[in-house]
Amino acid sequence: MVIFFIKRLLMSMIVVLISTLVMYVLVDISIDPLADLRVGNAFNKQELISQRIQLLRLDEPVLTRYFSWLRGASGCLYGNCNLNENWLTHQQVTDLLKGAVITTIELVGAATVLAILLGVVVGIVSALRQYSGFDYSITFVSFLLYSLPVFWVAVLAKVFLAINFNNFLLDPDIPTWVILIAALLCGLVVSAAVGGSRQHRLRNFAIAGAITAVVLIYMDLTDWFSDPGIGIVVLTASSIGWAFVVTGLSTGLRSKRALYSSLTVAGVGAALYLPMLYVWAYARDAGILGWPLVVVLFLSALAVSAGIGYAWGGPDRSRSARTAALTAVPVSLMLFVDRLMQSWPAYYDNGSIKGRPIATLGSATPNLDGDFWIQTLDTFTHLLLPTATLVLISFASYTRYTRASMLEVMNQDYIRTARSKGLTERTVIMRHAFRNALLPLASIVPIDIVTLLGGAVITETVFGWFGMGRLFVVSLADNQQYPVMAYITIVGILAVVANLLADLIYAVLDPRIRVAA
Amino acid sequence: MSTPLEPTGHLDPLGNETVENAIELKDVEGLSQGQIVRRRFFRHRGALGGLLTLLLVAVLAYTSIGAFGIPGWWKFDSVTPGDVVNGGSPTLSLPSWLGGSGFAIGDHPFGQDEIGRDIFARTMKGTQTSLNVMIIISLLAAVIGMTIGAVAGYFRGGLDEFLMRFTDLFITFPVIVIGAVLGNFAGSAGAVWLAVALGAITWTTLARLVRGEFLTLREREFVDAAKVAGASSFRIIRKHLIPNAMGVIIVNTTLLASQAVLLETALSYLGFGIKSPDVSLGTMISEYQSAFSTRPWLFWWPGLFIVMIALSVNFIGDGLRDAFDPRQKRIPSGRKMAQAAARQSMAADARARGSSDEDGQ
Repeated sequence: MVIFFIKRLLMSMIVVLISTLVMYVLVDISIDPLADLRVGNAFNKQELISQRIQLLRLDEPVLTRYFSWLRGASGCLYGNCNLNENWLTHQQVTDLLKGAVITTIELVGAATVLAILLGVVVGIVSALRQYSGFDYSITFVSFLLYSLPVFWVAVLAKVFLAINFNNFLLDPDIPTWVILIAALLCGLVVSAAVGGSRQHRLRNFAIAGAITAVVLIYMDLTDWFSDPGIGIVVLTASSIGWAFVVTGLSTGLRSKRALYSSLTVAGVGAALYLPMLYVWAYARDAGILGWPLVVVLFLSALAVSAGIGYAWGGPDRSRSARTAALTAVPVSLMLFVDRLMQSWPAYYDNGSIKGRPIATLGSATPNLDGDFWIQTLDTFTHLLLPTATLVLISFASYTRYTRASMLEVMNQDYIRTARSKGLTERTVIMRHAFRNALLPLASIVPIDIVTLLGGAVITETVFGWFGMGRLFVVSLADNQQYPVMAYITIVGILAVVANLLADLIYAVLDPRIRVAA
Repeated sequence: MSTPLEPTGHLDPLGNETVENAIELKDVEGLSQGQIVRRRFFRHRGALGGLLTLLLVAVLAYTSIGAFGIPGWWKFDSVTPGDVVNGGSPTLSLPSWLGGSGFAIGDHPFGQDEIGRDIFARTMKGTQTSLNVMIIISLLAAVIGMTIGAVAGYFRGGLDEFLMRFTDLFITFPVIVIGAVLGNFAGSAGAVWLAVALGAITWTTLARLVRGEFLTLREREFVDAAKVAGASSFRIIRKHLIPNAMGVIIVNTTLLASQAVLLETALSYLGFGIKSPDVSLGTMISEYQSAFSTRPWLFWWPGLFIVMIALSVNFIGDGLRDAFDPRQKRIPSGRKMAQAAARQSMAADARARGSSDEDGQ
């Protein structure tokens, strides 16, 4: 295994090296740093041209330049980075990259996680309801998403989503027809996804539609959009709901101890609602409020919940512990989101926002002053549109792949065996089918991340994010060799590492794969 | 089953599988492989719709403003500025039963831009460019991918290893990044060169798939038979293997074509693809996006045509995939099942000669 890993690592490094060489030559052919001088009509044209040739060493062969660039770049391995500079502004490429890498990772990371979650869920439901109306609609929608030009959708999203939603926020009043359509749609989707006999469908349609309508009317009457929040009552109720859902999916509701432990977690979450507000306030005064604290709190919530599950005891303690920890994820998320939403009015009234909270340009509001909550809200409002457009790109492919692999698994003999043993449908789907259906996804994710990085080139351009993609586009248009090379190298390394990881995960997950050392 | 041609229904007490097989068999009886594929394709409603839409778009684009030196029937061209009539807003209006003010096409159905160029003519010109680029990219990528995949899969060994690592080089980067670098100089040389450059980088998926297909096909008996008969490697690849891998090749070339349209328009949007004076649907969107709030029609039409082309090509690809997949079964409707069951029981009756009807259908 280790030898296999090292072999692959060496191979990947060689691939990266060769690809940088090829790309260096291609970029060199592609750009023309003398273009502006050649069309210009300065009196000392020849002199300027020869000056620039001197500056950029264009008289030397391209290979010599490549190797001197490589020498500087290889310095990055031991902390002595020299990626050369942008010759127009004399900024070091390393400085240009600093913010850009983080921006792009933020964007692509959020989009990947969301797309995988959504795509897998929809794909599985679509496979379980094969050849139903739901399945056909999802197939059609994914074809449509495949065929949409991202840049076109992004501009439309800017105009329709952002501007209209901001207008709506000025005077949040939900019209009746919106409530009706939302209720109808929600009812249709839920009833089609759950399936069952005609009566079942009608019942589910009515329930889902009614719930949607009631929630929207409640939001309308309480001016929820001006002062959003979850509140302790809704939080408690939905925590209990999550406890049932998570237990139902993970161990089945018949496992009483698992149910009790996740209900305990839900109870603890609700009981912590008020104390947590003090904790956040205390953390802000102490100056330790930030993402590290949030992550630490989240992890300790998981650990405590697992402890609760373990304490319920019984012969299958680990199952209860796992279920309890899984329940802690939505509960602690809700606690966090509720606190975040409480800062919304302050954010909305902040002078820098100018009453237009959903941003269409940039990755942060300039000169925004505020605490951690305000800054986080600002990041989220800026992430909203670019992430949504990026998710559109890869959501469809995840749905298709999950659906295909789930269908493949559901036709296997061991599924028939599991059914004939008399296992419940939940056990068959969640334990036997779902896990195996996820396997092929391990090889899709890295390829998809490369696609998303490509997509980020366009989204960053449309939304004016100064990420790596935009750096690439601007530098290429500006005939800047070195920033372009930095981008290409980073993307190449990311892609190779992602592929390597996928192979490893696959080898670990699938016992049938024997790694030939 | 040992006697697949005469299903007996022993294995399936309900007889459903037998009935389904009977329908399937009756569908394909006495047809060649090509005929079966064609029939399946034309039965796929989405694919047929896609094919018709694509043909319609192509005919409209090529005949309206003319192509390859032949004049078209539309009265404006894509470059001549004219007088801006009525702020350049579109003269196309819907029939009154659709909420419009009576059906009319008018002088400028898609509107005009700020210097009075006809947007219909420009959109058609852009559609022509995008279709041309799509065709060149997919043909070129198909040829390169097929060749590399075939050689790697058939000869295996060191050559395979080398070719696959070579393919990896291209897969390392997002297509749009390599496309931008190549398009930056190929684009200024014209649409054809851009298409050639893009075709030279998009063949990788096809090469991998063809290689996989060849790795299994080369172990089959008919290849051994051909070898024993003294056929050369080239002949085996050309006459025995490629026809067998045609399904994979055709389907993936189609899917590639829809990606090619999106790639070309995206590059043109970023400014690394088609460059003016050539018009592409992507350059139109990039050119007009700032005018969205005042003249939205400049923006709608090119986007709609991109979606129409890509969507119909995708549907054609889906139909082809179903048509070529031998495992693909149509789910017969309840009525068809009943008819087939009746036919079967009648045949059983005839065979049993007088024994009572035990199928109980």
